[in-house]
Amino acid sequence: MSGSPQHPSSWQLWRWPVGLAIVSLLGLITALVSDDLGDWIAWLTLGLLPVVAWHFGLRRRG
Amino acid sequence: MQALALRRWTWVHKWSSLICTIFMLLLCLTGLPLIFHHEIGHWLGTEVEPPVMPAGTPMADLDRVAEAARAAQPGMSLQYLFRAADEPELWHVTLGRDAADTEYTRSVVVDARSTAVLAQPRLDEGFMYLMFRLHVDLFADLPGKLFLGGMGLLLVVALVSGVVLYAPFMRKLEFGTVRRQRSRRLFWLDQHNLLGIVTLMWALVVGGTGVINTWADLLIKLWQHEQVSEMVAPYHGQPVPTALGSLEAAARVAGQAEPDKQLAFVAFPGTALSSPYHYTVFMRGVTPVSARLFKPVLVDARSAQLTASREPPWYITGLLLSQPLHFGDYGGMPLKIIWALLDILTMVVLGSGLYLWWVKYRQASRLGEAATQPLPSGEGAA
Repeated sequence: MSGSPQHPSSWQLWRWPVGLAIVSLLGLITALVSDDLGDWIAWLTLGLLPVVAWHFGLRRRG
Repeated sequence: MQALALRRWTWVHKWSSLICTIFMLLLCLTGLPLIFHHEIGHWLGTEVEPPVMPAGTPMADLDRVAEAARAAQPGMSLQYLFRAADEPELWHVTLGRDAADTEYTRSVVVDARSTAVLAQPRLDEGFMYLMFRLHVDLFADLPGKLFLGGMGLLLVVALVSGVVLYAPFMRKLEFGTVRRQRSRRLFWLDQHNLLGIVTLMWALVVGGTGVINTWADLLIKLWQHEQVSEMVAPYHGQPVPTALGSLEAAARVAGQAEPDKQLAFVAFPGTALSSPYHYTVFMRGVTPVSARLFKPVLVDARSAQLTASREPPWYITGLLLSQPLHFGDYGGMPLKIIWALLDILTMVVLGSGLYLWWVKYRQASRLGEAATQPLPSGEGAA
């Protein structure tokens, strides 16, 4: 998405939240059902959340 | 969204959040050290380490383990015998004034190989105990648990209403926009929206599983009422045994009944997780998921004969699966660190929500005061 659209589509509005929710669920469940690979997937997917928060929260803009 | 619907959702979000925020902040704060309770225990020296012994040292007879614990706490009744899946060299034995006692309990850690008593940790004192009780029941037992469960439900309502309100607030903004140069209120509104949506699913799962955990006592009572009472029905009217048979024999019978499982813990006769007539031997599986689930095997405490073994009902399975999802202890240290970071981000969401409410409330109060001030009459002027 670029600029500040007046009426973004649902896809534009929700792609990040839905993507983050799916990634979170994936991480929460994989570590529960698998020990080695599942743990790695959980670390990567759930670890993405603080990274996203840090990236956007500290990014200077607006 | 229509203006009326927006006002209604705003009302729901405001009040559900306001009521639960202080308690959620407390839960996030007390939950933080609990994520690392093993590590803090090691640091404080309260965690017991098994002595190093040659590989393949055989495990001692369970009757000797029980005897060692009883000798360490003479006059007390055995209640539970537990070992962690990743530390089978240690038996943690709980004793009380009687089997049903929940007020005055003592813990004894016994070496599973030598039956040496390694420690008698006090579980009802210290910093971690304070954190635990504040987190679990506010020192108010079942009413405290149910109250915190209610606050957890309000959190779920706040999260859902927050998602509904996300669209109208973010309609004209890119994802992740944080307006720094406009005003402090806008900065924190944007941070609230950003961190709230980033941590949403994690907070929903941890909050929802926390609510389920507050119902644990009730679910166990329901399980006893529905399933255990049915399994021990043939024992109704029989005298309660005064002398117990071999614990080792009971554990062996349970192992034969569930050959694909491992012994997780034993509830002694008369405890909340057993009947007055049985050792209830809880067996766990060996896969990542089944290791979290316990299957009870009831063994006659006098004869060591198998009475019954049934898969626990769905609500007990749900309770057991909800625990790792709440505790974050199922993916090693990296997952614990991520859990802690998400916990801190959730505190920022809660704190910023409180701040936004306060700013709006103060503005409304000032506007109200201004509206009640008499209009300047012009007296004294010019």
